[in-house]
Amino acid sequence: MASQSTPDKNGSKGTWTLKTGLAQMLKGGVIMDVVTPEHAKIAEEAGAVAVMALERVPADIRAAGGVARMSDPDIIHRIMDAVTIPVMAKCRIGHFVEAQVLEAIGVDYIDESEVLTPADLKHHVDKHAFKVPFVCGARELGEALRRINEGAAMIRSKGEAGTGNIVEAVTHIRAITEGIRELSDLGLMAKLEAKAEEYRVPLELIQQVATDGKLPVVLFCAGGIATPADAALMMQLGAEGNFVGSGIFKSADPARRAKAIVEATTHFRDAKLVADVSRGLGEAMRGLSLESIPAQERLAPRGW
Amino acid sequence: MHPAVGDRRTLTARAGVLGLQGDFAEHLATLDRLGVEAVDVRRPEQLDEIDALIIPGGESTTIGKLAQQYGIIEKLRDRAAEGMPVWGTCAGAIFIAKDVPGHPHPLASLMDVTVERNAFGRQVDSFEADLDVPVLGADPFHAVFIRAPVITRVGPGVEVLARTGSSVVAARQGRLLATSFHPELTHDERFHRYFLSLGKS
Repeated sequence: MASQSTPDKNGSKGTWTLKTGLAQMLKGGVIMDVVTPEHAKIAEEAGAVAVMALERVPADIRAAGGVARMSDPDIIHRIMDAVTIPVMAKCRIGHFVEAQVLEAIGVDYIDESEVLTPADLKHHVDKHAFKVPFVCGARELGEALRRINEGAAMIRSKGEAGTGNIVEAVTHIRAITEGIRELSDLGLMAKLEAKAEEYRVPLELIQQVATDGKLPVVLFCAGGIATPADAALMMQLGAEGNFVGSGIFKSADPARRAKAIVEATTHFRDAKLVADVSRGLGEAMRGLSLESIPAQERLAPRGW
Repeated sequence: MHPAVGDRRTLTARAGVLGLQGDFAEHLATLDRLGVEAVDVRRPEQLDEIDALIIPGGESTTIGKLAQQYGIIEKLRDRAAEGMPVWGTCAGAIFIAKDVPGHPHPLASLMDVTVERNAFGRQVDSFEADLDVPVLGADPFHAVFIRAPVITRVGPGVEVLARTGSSVVAARQGRLLATSFHPELTHDERFHRYFLSLGKS
């Protein structure tokens, strides 16, 4: 990706408009977890808007146990070289040096992710300090707003990664959208102030969400999407796009399933089309019931 | 020299924004502010119901594949040949360019320009800058460039509308318009007005 084009000297970089703007460009699309350049090419060919470069998909991270860290920069580099769409990568919650490394590598977005083992139990990364934009997970509106206040330029509902089970994703996106609706209905300044205190964020942010009836950044869904119908469900529930992790490359026919999930995300209100693309996809990832995962092995409660 | 907001005599009657993927909602909101009726286009038959089409920012590979799959590219070529104005912003500019080196994915190939993708680099190289755009008047236009392409060659009959440094970032060929940047992300509606006026020329 060599470049001879240079902007005017007076151009400004790393601004909030540029950070949130890239997420705007991803809307209506699917971001896929990949672990090899070959996966990345399959994702791009299927119509993914971006890929998340990982050493292991969440289902394998869950199976492996131990401490999950940022991927080897070599893997990220090879994936960046393989595709022309944006490449994202994950750092541990609070691990600002992993974030510095990912920025230095040149990834297009950093996911400060609960899928990796948290590095700090009190502080998330100060994302305003970076030029590269961040996406963070959230289970409800207060968590989403705290991340935005720290500088997250995109939010994804957390779900429960690596399960192929949509139930937590549904719970979290509903909690976020219902939280927004509740704010919009509050009206009285005193009640908004109480919410600001409850959520531990500035009143201005609460007022903005109450007035706009939406987050000030793009909202995607993550954590459990395994079928085209899952993807369309999340869009109908208010997601602006989907992250799909283990659901593609842990299925029988990743290329076809990836393409079907992309189409279902675009045409999410067209049930006949979702039916057509769902036909004969082969086996989906096997999946885990939530009850089978001990509380201490759940990923979504990481972060606060 | 610019028509007043809501003056429909000089603006297109009904506009469409390709809504397969990307920031089409921001274009629709801008058109709404201008008082123009606008629809989100996801099916080829909708192209018969509009007088102008905007291709938004997004991922050109994704938009190209989905557009081809649902027969939009073929229909769009017919409508553009009939004189319907078409404007591509960022990914949209790639989508309407005739020549995009190293892009093996389907494109509409309408405008006689060569476009280089991600020409300034990756996201950390994305930038905002003020541009001189003489067709919009004397005031500079604040432009947002996100993993932006540049126009590296213009064919005969293509007018360069703006540059940043030495790179061409806006051009017009008849009723076809291409911009590397995102006027839909700022609150300056002059580029949208200019595009809508092309249908009357």
